[in-house]
Amino acid sequence: MMFDRPDTLNGSATVSDRGLSRRHFLQAGAAAGGGLLLGLHLPFAVPDARAASHKFAPNAFIRIDTEGKIILTMPYVEMGQGTYTSVPMLIAEELEVELSQVQLEHAPPDESRYGNPALGGLQATGGSTTIRAAWGPMRQAGAAARTMLIAAAAKRWGVDPLSCRAERGEVIDAATDRRATYGDLAADAALLSVPNDVKLKRREDFKLIGTPAKRLDTPAKVNGTAVFGIDVRLPDIKIATLAQSPVFGGKLKTLDDTAAKAVKGVRQIVKLDDAVAVVADHMGAAKKGLAALVIEWDDGPNAKLSTADILSQLEEATRSAGPVAKNVGDVDKAIEGAATKVEATYHVPFLAHATMEPMNCTVHVREDGCDIWVGTQIIARAQAVAAKVSGLPLEKVNVYNHLIGGGFGRRLEVDGVARAVEIAKQVKSPVKVVWTREEDIQHDMYRPFFFDRMSAGLDKDGMPVAWNHRFAGSSILKRWAPPLFANGLDPETVDGAVEPPYAFPNMRVEYLNVEPPGIPTAFWRSVGPSHNIFVVETFMDELAHAAKKDPVEYRLALLDEQPRAKAVVALAAEKAGWGSPLAQGMGRGISVQTVFGSYMAQVAEVEVAKDGTVKVHRVVCAVDCGIAINPDTIQAQVQSAVNFGITAALYGEVTLKDGRVEQSNFDTYQLMRMNEVPTIEVHIVQSGESPGGMGEPGTSAIVPAVGNAIFAATGKRLRKMPVDTSMLKAG
Amino acid sequence: MATTIKINGVDRSVDVDDDTPLLWVLRDVLEMSGTKFGCGQALCGACTVHVDGVATRSCVTTIDSLGSSEVTTIEAIGQTPAGAKIQKAWLDLEVVQCGYCQSGQIMSASALIAENPNPTDQDIDDAMSGNICRCGTYIRIREAIKLAARSLNQGG
Repeated sequence: MMFDRPDTLNGSATVSDRGLSRRHFLQAGAAAGGGLLLGLHLPFAVPDARAASHKFAPNAFIRIDTEGKIILTMPYVEMGQGTYTSVPMLIAEELEVELSQVQLEHAPPDESRYGNPALGGLQATGGSTTIRAAWGPMRQAGAAARTMLIAAAAKRWGVDPLSCRAERGEVIDAATDRRATYGDLAADAALLSVPNDVKLKRREDFKLIGTPAKRLDTPAKVNGTAVFGIDVRLPDIKIATLAQSPVFGGKLKTLDDTAAKAVKGVRQIVKLDDAVAVVADHMGAAKKGLAALVIEWDDGPNAKLSTADILSQLEEATRSAGPVAKNVGDVDKAIEGAATKVEATYHVPFLAHATMEPMNCTVHVREDGCDIWVGTQIIARAQAVAAKVSGLPLEKVNVYNHLIGGGFGRRLEVDGVARAVEIAKQVKSPVKVVWTREEDIQHDMYRPFFFDRMSAGLDKDGMPVAWNHRFAGSSILKRWAPPLFANGLDPETVDGAVEPPYAFPNMRVEYLNVEPPGIPTAFWRSVGPSHNIFVVETFMDELAHAAKKDPVEYRLALLDEQPRAKAVVALAAEKAGWGSPLAQGMGRGISVQTVFGSYMAQVAEVEVAKDGTVKVHRVVCAVDCGIAINPDTIQAQVQSAVNFGITAALYGEVTLKDGRVEQSNFDTYQLMRMNEVPTIEVHIVQSGESPGGMGEPGTSAIVPAVGNAIFAATGKRLRKMPVDTSMLKAG
Repeated sequence: MATTIKINGVDRSVDVDDDTPLLWVLRDVLEMSGTKFGCGQALCGACTVHVDGVATRSCVTTIDSLGSSEVTTIEAIGQTPAGAKIQKAWLDLEVVQCGYCQSGQIMSASALIAENPNPTDQDIDDAMSGNICRCGTYIRIREAIKLAARSLNQGG
């Protein structure tokens, strides 16, 4: 993909005393090849002081070319969440063009330009941040461009801009019905300065925002023409597949590749310190070659590691107090004086991402440069690691981003790029390195294992007077963005624990950073909340039970100060028919959360069979995500995230034995299938608030809702995930 | 020795081992990348193609097992009445998210409605449970199959 460097930007930045001025995040100039180029500075996430630097650094660009085509280059990537539709909607709305007129280009790697101030300056798409970040600036940019195009037309015609309007990619002079297309006006508009004060459309005038929009990326995905990273074609390309040390930290000891080399189509065997790759004409030959290798590994220091070791390590850690992430009132005193004390421990397992597109990366290393073709959520890191491993200067490494066949956090890591470059350094032609599903699952970077120790004190009416949440596990940010890990804490790991919506007069959250050996960890759909919401909402259910109160009533009583949270609980309960009778063996469970800037409550209806098998029949979700930009995508993301979460609740678990991941393919790492899918109802609260993130909340909310429903059905409390069906057997 | 297989109505000659799975011949030799690799063990359905109209996992179908059979892939399924209806329904109901598994989903669904013009929920479960979607688009897949089947029956 081509990208015009915005060297022609010529505006000057000004900073107002009140913070960011319009011109501080928007500059205009002539685009290479003619037309109008607008540079935007997107703050990416919630307003952050660091974003308000005095230097204008555009990190997104809108070009309007002389044919009227509107091209947006931005750092956010498309991995199914609908970004490539919802962000153009914001621009199209204000610019008064059809959504189909906006085209997107993947941004190139450039941390200085596209760095995300909310994530330590990394160029990344994750954390359900895109819409929250784009909502203001993208509309401002669209409105500024519209204002400039109108001004250009008015100047040309010698009329007052106020007599002109923009409509469907044209400026129209109302008095004379003269018309000029944006393409015709773009070069003139580029000569104007960015207006200081543009008028955003009133919400009641929105034509696109708030209406279901057709996605722009789907036609190519139904006819086989969409190009994911794994689909790259190049002249003289070879295909490689690999075996890595089955124990993390192990090394290659001996290798007999005689039989592999004899396989038809196998071209080369690449030996690395801790891996072997077979390079071939096609994946069939590469896999056959791989199977013919005789490999002996030196398992190294983690040879005896098991998940049980990690569980006891983390459990032990929680016996001592940890760094305090949140402290309100005096928890110890309040618990001491409480009428009832409730205590429980929980744990959640390592989880693999299991994206449908297995890990892959195509690399061509030459003496004078290196090209990378990959689908990544973090392109600048891909470039940096390729430069490091290849030994080439950064500017000699080109990275071409692609559609992503499932991200969920896996492609916020560049271990695969590093590995592919290591292999490609020994191969003359371009080489596409493709992980087998077994390698993909056994060499993932996993959602961390956590162990939680909860305690609470209730007053004589059963209401909580104290809440203490202490947990241990690994911090991803400590490795991934070290500046964000400070004083033993990071904001992501405790997300979902430190801001429960409930009015707890005394509350403490302690996090003990423990990095288990021998297994790498990484972000996974709704990471912090995926763990914390399960624990918080399950324990809340335990408190309601201890207080002998209805779980919905109990929560509602604690939500007076959080009207949006209270409203979604009430709505989900009402739509689910909370309290109405259910058949024998069935139960309902509720959860509520306020994470990723969105409020969500879910009611799950489950059936527990006599053999302990759990089936989720129905999920009712109420969500207040502020303005619903594309309601159809919001419904789709909830359906997606709920199924993702049910998969985790019922099946998700990566275990280690003798240092090896025991799961390997979809028979041992099960994912939900068509015949297991519940009815999912999504009720979106009409709201005028700024939009919240929607890619992840559905996943964290469903897990406790299912667990609580199982408790309602059986009276058995599940304090670890996934569901242990042997515990649920009747009798 | 070269093997000849018939893909989307065209005879293609490929010089690979006889026991090479069709998936790799399609993707890496014939450069038809619409058919996807997901698991390599017929566990996920991403690689589904039609062999004489029957939904078949190409990752475990060796080319020497094909004989004179007709293979149809996602690249050509739109030329069949069922395939065209399925693709249209997929877009009409916005089924797709990341899209990686959808080639396989569309191939399984097209084979289903071509064979069974009025699939019940149970029929859909039976035909589609071999196809995993990690984005969890199953609810819309089910609705789209029903929409496509209705449309096919009406000849519209």
